Amino acid sequence: MERFAEYYLNAEVLATYGPGIVAGLWVTLATAAATVAIGVGLGLLMAIALAAHVPGVRLLIGAWIEIFRTLPQLAVIVFLYFGLPYAGLTLSPFWATAGALGAVLSAFAAEIFRSAIQALPRGQWDAAAALGFRFPATFFLVILPQAIRLAIPLLTNRAIAIIKGTALGTAVSLPEILGRAQSAMAIAANPSPLTLAAALYLVLFLPLVVASRWLEGTRVVPR
Amino acid sequence: MPESLQIFLENFADWESLARVWPLLLQGLLLTAGLAAVALPLGLLAGLLVGLGCALGGRVARVALLVWIDLFRAFPVLVLLILIYYGLPFLGVTLPAFAAAVLALVLNNSGYYGEIFRAGLASVPHGQAEAAAALGLTRLQAMLLVVLPQALRAVVAPLASNSLELVKATSIAALVALPELLRSARVAQEQTYNPTPLMAAAVIYFLLLWPFAHLVARLERRMLARGVR
Repeated sequence: MERFAEYYLNAEVLATYGPGIVAGLWVTLATAAATVAIGVGLGLLMAIALAAHVPGVRLLIGAWIEIFRTLPQLAVIVFLYFGLPYAGLTLSPFWATAGALGAVLSAFAAEIFRSAIQALPRGQWDAAAALGFRFPATFFLVILPQAIRLAIPLLTNRAIAIIKGTALGTAVSLPEILGRAQSAMAIAANPSPLTLAAALYLVLFLPLVVASRWLEGTRVVPR
Repeated sequence: MPESLQIFLENFADWESLARVWPLLLQGLLLTAGLAAVALPLGLLAGLLVGLGCALGGRVARVALLVWIDLFRAFPVLVLLILIYYGLPFLGVTLPAFAAAVLALVLNNSGYYGEIFRAGLASVPHGQAEAAAALGLTRLQAMLLVVLPQALRAVVAPLASNSLELVKATSIAALVALPELLRSARVAQEQTYNPTPLMAAAVIYFLLLWPFAHLVARLERRMLARGVR
């Protein structure tokens, strides 16, 4: 037990490297925020473009959704960071990670919004038309607010699952929690930094997991 | 051919590089498939046991299993893998990269699958278990023969979706130097100074997973549509 504490809860090591690792929390949070902003924003835009039948974009958006829903997140991050520079586009670790995770989330979000829009009863469109609404008013005032409410549980779950992928940024040397913990572990030859990182991830994600369980339990759209 | 397109093709679809490194990519693909083939059934089994434990266990067991589920759903799977691969050796437990990746994926998915099975079993009306008890079935028989089959129908879509995520997550093994598809592609890229192997890996992943992703999306759409009515 003493040996366990010395290795995994070493106060000296934690005092030295702890502040640096906790600082990684902000990088993790910023990456997660950028991912959600890109993902949900882009996903909503794509769903709107599809619903409005904007000419010429259907195939493009369809391909985007299929590609980013299918590829592993880490493969997308690695491709953006190590592959794109050959095309003349060099991304920072932050934007490679947030861009890749955002692209993945946008594909799922677009699909979720699209399904939610399609799942609304046809009568909602008819009723709005009977009131003399044109497409924009019908879509933005009647359909979209209901669709967003319908999409929230699925979208929240997906967003949580994907922002947990911010740890993958360590593959492109993003200085977030895990990356900093790993280098501290290597320097100190002691895994206590990893224990701290694990604790930070729990503090960060456990409330989200519990909240999503609660969100699933409540019916967002009443019967 | 426009110049930019030519530069793009030279960089991202260079057949010469590909001809040189394809054995590496093939070996990576086989390792990815092997990893998925071992971790997927084990993860499903672990999740099923966790779900059944929630449904059959007493109060203490239920709370303990719920904590288990939420803990492993909260941990990013990569953090788990790094803990197992780089952290456990300090306790004298050294696992090879393949075993560490399998263990991380199985633990992580025991939470995800566990929650799916738990919710599915809880969604079957209680009267089913009571009717089975009235017919003289034991609790275990009632669970396995009456409740579980009905629960399975409700959880097909989330199970399929989670299985796809598991297969995609095998790529994190690249970060503990297991030469699966993504890692092999990176090694090949460094050998050829050319991103074609990365492009090839992306295409292989896409061709491999796309039919499955398509199926998952269809199942989920159907579930969402059913939820509204």
